[in-house]
Amino acid sequence: MIETVAKLELPVGEHIVIRKNRLVPVEGEQAANGRMTLVSGIHGDELEGQYICYEVGRRVREHPEYLRGILDIFPALNPLGIDTAHRTVPKINMDMNRMFPGDPAGGMMDRVVAAVVSDIIGSDICLDIHASDSFVREIPQVRLSQDFAEKLLPFAMLTNVDMIWKNATATVHESTLAHSLNVLNVPALVVEMGQGQSVNRQYGDQVVDGIFNVMSHMGLWTGPVNETQIPAVSDDGEVEFIRSEETGIFLPLMAHNHYVRRSDVIGEIVDPYSGTIKSRVCAPVGGLLFTLRVYPVVYEGDLLARILGQP
Amino acid sequence: MFIKDLYTIRSTYREDMKVRGYQFGKGEKSACIVGSLRGDEIQQMYICARLVHILKELESNGCISAGRQILVIPEVSAYAINIGTRFFGVYDADLNRSFPGSRYGEPAARLANALMAEMGDYVYGIQFTSFYMKGEFVPHVRMMETGYQNASLANLFGLPYVMVRKPAPIDTKTLNFNWQNEATAAFSVYTNQNEQVDEKSASQAVAAVLRFLTRMGIIRYESHSGYISHVLYESDLSDVNAASGGIFRGMALAGQDVRYGNPIAQIIDPFDGSVKETIKAPTDGIVFFAHTDSLIGENDVAYRLIHRLHE
Ligand SMILES: [Zn+2]
Repeated sequence: MIETVAKLELPVGEHIVIRKNRLVPVEGEQAANGRMTLVSGIHGDELEGQYICYEVGRRVREHPEYLRGILDIFPALNPLGIDTAHRTVPKINMDMNRMFPGDPAGGMMDRVVAAVVSDIIGSDICLDIHASDSFVREIPQVRLSQDFAEKLLPFAMLTNVDMIWKNATATVHESTLAHSLNVLNVPALVVEMGQGQSVNRQYGDQVVDGIFNVMSHMGLWTGPVNETQIPAVSDDGEVEFIRSEETGIFLPLMAHNHYVRRSDVIGEIVDPYSGTIKSRVCAPVGGLLFTLRVYPVVYEGDLLARILGQP
Repeated sequence: MFIKDLYTIRSTYREDMKVRGYQFGKGEKSACIVGSLRGDEIQQMYICARLVHILKELESNGCISAGRQILVIPEVSAYAINIGTRFFGVYDADLNRSFPGSRYGEPAARLANALMAEMGDYVYGIQFTSFYMKGEFVPHVRMMETGYQNASLANLFGLPYVMVRKPAPIDTKTLNFNWQNEATAAFSVYTNQNEQVDEKSASQAVAAVLRFLTRMGIIRYESHSGYISHVLYESDLSDVNAASGGIFRGMALAGQDVRYGNPIAQIIDPFDGSVKETIKAPTDGIVFFAHTDSLIGENDVAYRLIHRLHE
């Protein structure tokens, strides 16, 4: 059933409305063994979660008899952003994932955020599904902060992602949804994959299989579960960032999600005016090329690739 | 005066963006003054430009104290200013959320890092800045409560108010916070306008900085004594939120005295012109912040009132 979690009036003839779909066992909520919450669309330009929300809902509708828990699905925490491909909350241009846990007596977005948090409290697990931005492509991965790694790792291992990245500094900020929930004792995982403004169905299916695997282990799903893999687990120290040292056009020469050897050429930075190659970007270490730039225009400092080094 | 190139960003398609500092005097790094960190902070850049103009004259008259050095950086985001965006580059980086930065990070982090290396060891740091919501502040100096702050120094600007704010996680990446971490006494000066140049408020800000520099013995200048500042904490402010969305008709200005129960704003129905709501002052007080956008959403902050003054 579609429920409204927050609704506030916009200036002209519209409300900002946060909605969720609550799926419950055929015997009713009281028969539930627990609760899982899926959220997506905090960043309005990240759409991979739209397919995942759809596909999870579809599989449950196909076999409602297997559902033994409550499943809350929030496709869009930032509905104005997702509707207009804005990463941030339109108009105030603030990153919604820097506003948590919000304030029930504050301004409009503070209240929206606080209502979402208070609705999710009581869940036994929450998955916050992000995509990469529009600049780099990522393999399916879970990002964990070191603070909660011990508690979250057993869940993360079940998600069928390719990699678990512990202590990925950028995503473990204190004002994120995941951090706020973890502090409030709701285990919350951040899933990251694909690229901005698009849907990769194969990655989506992989993560959906993982979600049903988690539900199955938690006793929330009794149906068959597709075979899943065990993700590689890495710390910050094993991840090599490759950034551009030039301005120009980046042309990758390697496919994403492949193993590279040390010194392999990952791509070139070229100058469209002079027709020259400004630099060749080489792998500083061998390993899995798990992040690769797709957006060609680069400045000095822009991320081109990340490699998970092979020990 | 000596013009110092502090950092250069190169683009394939545009002329280099050079960040320049205007240095006055020689010796101890006494005061660093920063204007626009964001592309819409035009007033902030203008105030710095006027300071450069006056300091140049003071220097040629021998009025910069011996052994004291001042650095003024009018803007650090010409690329954003020239295309009319608040944030920087395709990632929409907020430079005032990019400190302390990193030499090996993304473009905004590298810029922030280079600036910090230059600005970090000044005794006093003064920044002109802006708020994410459209509105008017009563002119004030803001400090972060980091344990190093000294509100009595902020009084020397002679602006009506000094606001001491407890840093939220999101504040830890601001210039102000990072300056204080480097043991620079940091002050953020809020004036009335961002995108428009407001001569009166600019003159007030210029006078406040010159007064401060004079009182610190960094320059010799005939200053008027200014206001005796009141020190405020967040708990001295009450938010007045709109209960509905619509067209905002503000009736109280920043700095104005309001009385309990008096109407201070109306929310007008955007379709039929009727008054949806009359906002009344919930307390006696002084308007610290007034919403000035012509539209308002439900629960957005219409005013922040100072409900208590410490003597
Ligand atoms: Zn995201």
